[in-house]
Amino acid sequence: MPRVRHLVLDVLKPHQPNALEFARALAELGTDYRVQVQVKEVDEHTETLVVTLSGEDLDFERLGQAIEENGGSLHSIDEVVVQGQ
Amino acid sequence: MAPGFLRRLLRLSGSGAIMRRYFVVNGFDGALTLLGLLMGFHVSDQVDLETVITSCLATTLALGVSGVSSAYISEAAERRSSLAALERAMLADLKASDHGRAAVWIPWLVALVNGSAPFLIGLVIVTPLWLARYGPGLPMAPLPAAMATALAVIFALGVFLGRIGGVSWFWSGTKALLVGLLTLGLIQLIG
Repeated sequence: MPRVRHLVLDVLKPHQPNALEFARALAELGTDYRVQVQVKEVDEHTETLVVTLSGEDLDFERLGQAIEENGGSLHSIDEVVVQGQ
Repeated sequence: MAPGFLRRLLRLSGSGAIMRRYFVVNGFDGALTLLGLLMGFHVSDQVDLETVITSCLATTLALGVSGVSSAYISEAAERRSSLAALERAMLADLKASDHGRAAVWIPWLVALVNGSAPFLIGLVIVTPLWLARYGPGLPMAPLPAAMATALAVIFALGVFLGRIGGVSWFWSGTKALLVGLLTLGLIQLIG
């Protein structure tokens, strides 16, 4: 099965958890996950993030769950790198 | 419930400071109420010690129940309102998220802290009475001993507040103690 190596996600989330805690929550899902979070816009209750993830085999389902559990909403998948076996 | 899960919800909801405030405010209420009750018995003539213990325990229990119920009702309403505002901003249902879980669990936690503060403090204040009646006895009369305990608890709450606020713990404790002594003076006047 092809492995997802790199993702760029557009995420809307509440102010809490903050960007650092949010990134940590995603990075905890895999031992080799590298997470970069860039805050693009801050509103009264929410902030828009560009989340860049890389790893040997990113689990998109679990990442989506973790984003939702932290109150976030995945707006779009802006970039993907997938590697075949 | 896992402590890590609770810590996460507390951080997310920013409820740590609220709970600390509730603990001190309601604990102070409880200590002062019992101090007043004890002083009332003290200025009355010859009240049976068992009656004093029963009255103090009943008051302690009532303060605990009042603390739990009032805090739960107000916190639950506040949390529901905050969650609804966040859901409107996110255009999403957040009930399955940590924000939704916090809206369910945090009111119970805050209520528990709010109710347990006067309850536990009340039990501490009643302890000298209980020791005098059922235990080995005390080197001093039970009512003054219980009132001294109440004043010590009030001073300790003041010290706690002083340390949180980063001001002199001694002055903060003394101010709280003065409130307790003023209460005693007022009851003495009407007694």
